[in-house]
Amino acid sequence: MAEHVATGSRSGLRSALPLLLPAYLWLTVAIFLPLSAMVFFSSMTELPLSGKAWSFTLENYATFFSERLYLTLLLASLRLGLEVTLWCVVIGFPAAYVLAKVLKGRSREAIFLLVILPFWSNGLVRIFSWAMVLREGGILDTALNAVLPFKINIDVMYSYPAVVIGLVHSYVPYMVLTCYLTLQAIDDSLIEAGRSLGASRLQMLRRVIIPLSMPGLVAGAALIFVPVVGSFMEPRILGGRTGTFYGTVIEDQFVAVFNWPLGAALSFILLAVVLVILALTSPVLRRAA
Amino acid sequence: MAGVQVSNLSRNFGAHKALDDVSIDFADGGFYALLGPSGSGKTTLLRQIAGFDFPDSGRIAIGGESVERVPVERRRIGMVFQNYALFPNMSVADNVAFGLSVRGEAKATIASEVQRALDLVQLSKLGGRRPHQLSGGQRQRVALARAIVTKPRVLLLDEPLGALDKALRVDMQIELKRIQREIGITTIFVTHDQEEALTMSDRIGILRDGRLVQEGPPEEIYDSPKSEFAATFLGDANIFRGETTGVGIRLPDGTAIAARAGATLAAGAKASCAVRPERIRIAIDSGSADQANGNVLRGQVSKRIFAGNNSTYFVERDGQTLKVIVQNTGADRLAAGQEVLLRWSPKSTVLIAAN
Repeated sequence: MAEHVATGSRSGLRSALPLLLPAYLWLTVAIFLPLSAMVFFSSMTELPLSGKAWSFTLENYATFFSERLYLTLLLASLRLGLEVTLWCVVIGFPAAYVLAKVLKGRSREAIFLLVILPFWSNGLVRIFSWAMVLREGGILDTALNAVLPFKINIDVMYSYPAVVIGLVHSYVPYMVLTCYLTLQAIDDSLIEAGRSLGASRLQMLRRVIIPLSMPGLVAGAALIFVPVVGSFMEPRILGGRTGTFYGTVIEDQFVAVFNWPLGAALSFILLAVVLVILALTSPVLRRAA
Repeated sequence: MAGVQVSNLSRNFGAHKALDDVSIDFADGGFYALLGPSGSGKTTLLRQIAGFDFPDSGRIAIGGESVERVPVERRRIGMVFQNYALFPNMSVADNVAFGLSVRGEAKATIASEVQRALDLVQLSKLGGRRPHQLSGGQRQRVALARAIVTKPRVLLLDEPLGALDKALRVDMQIELKRIQREIGITTIFVTHDQEEALTMSDRIGILRDGRLVQEGPPEEIYDSPKSEFAATFLGDANIFRGETTGVGIRLPDGTAIAARAGATLAAGAKASCAVRPERIRIAIDSGSADQANGNVLRGQVSKRIFAGNNSTYFVERDGQTLKVIVQNTGADRLAAGQEVLLRWSPKSTVLIAAN
């Protein structure tokens, strides 16, 4: 009997293997190998191009701690990540609430499409469109001056707010989608029950809806915070000279300075910091939920 | 605590008349059942009284005060939902405390009121649990405690026992009735289960297609239904259709059926008679039918369904199948194919105007 069960489970594994294999093969090729290569690079003294001599070292990691600039930029990037995430919550959560609980049928589909639209457009195109809008003499400037009786000068381009605007626009759909899913799972009768007990809409939001939406808010925040901290495209194009962040420095090491070892080391430090932040905040947020 | 008066209430959803000129008076402290098939408007009526939806026309008064435009949060009602609708992110005690704490009551008051409510529903020891750790019956009790702890003027229940299994449902019926009597709150209770409506309520309102068909104490509706629908929806009934004779009706084949005195309909009008299956006596047809007193019909048993304490006979008569319920007294049982005589008193026969 036991033997029979054993062969049964073994044949189960054998039949599952062909199904699992493509996924694991892909993960190995696409993530594990490049990442290992990066670990390897990060501990080299020199990129072994044109036969330069190299040896193993931890100096690249030490550079982060010896030069204050890197820490300053990392903190600026973390602040950017926090700020963009907060704006995404402020903008995305109400939108998700309206989508999940107020709109029905066709109008919901239409609005949903508008929310998803940024996903379908090319990131670079998106950023350059913002550049057209935000620069002096751009669309926003011209439009406001055409409407307003007095002259104002709108030039948000190449500033910190421009970077935040571009990033929020790119990432807010994540927050809308994750919150939409959790909000949709909240039974309407819970809201009705709360109202029948005399709770105002604000009280319902604070005591029932937001706590029950916590998983979506946390998932959305993680999906947004992590890539924003390492972002380089938006800061570079919309931020100009003010757009120097940790992500742009890493990018420089790879594409401009060709110091791959330092770029790789800086990336892994970022990865470590982000993982520590997620590990520290997730239990707190889970308890709140 | 207060009574509820609903007057000429109408509510349309597009072309569909969900409520059509409904007037009903729920006296203070009574236990009412709103009974009807799905789509009859019973839940719409309850939601109107609760304040989740506003009527197109008509008036709703709670304790004499017009509330038809007052939103639910300010109506001071208690509501129990079919799926309980407990807040999954809160403990049982916090669920019960919710209504008091959003009102800003003092912590000590809340704690003692919550304890009182949990005692009343016999869940004093489970205050620290989460809703998902409770059984269906326990969740039902928590929902009830949460609805009554704020001392609402009216308690509204939307098919509260629908999700429970049969044995638990009977327990909860008794429990609900006990609690209602203990706090004396006006209770309006939506159900599609006629047995539940009969056993629990002081009065029943039967709805159909958005209209109130009949309203009254369970005994009155059962004994004197005013329409074929009321007769067949609340309990079981044999319906005979014919023309009125003054004392009853005449069937198309000429047989006369005498009805209870009281109802007067113009002779010759179309009408029907309703007879409850348990009011009919069934006996073997010995050939000598005496028409002396009461109604007598000949028929043939087509089927018998044995249910332990009683049996239901299906008797074919002139193309119509009649139901007769006979208590299990140990007497001989009749077999299918048996020619029988059915007798019942005119007092058990209700004359109903054709609708």
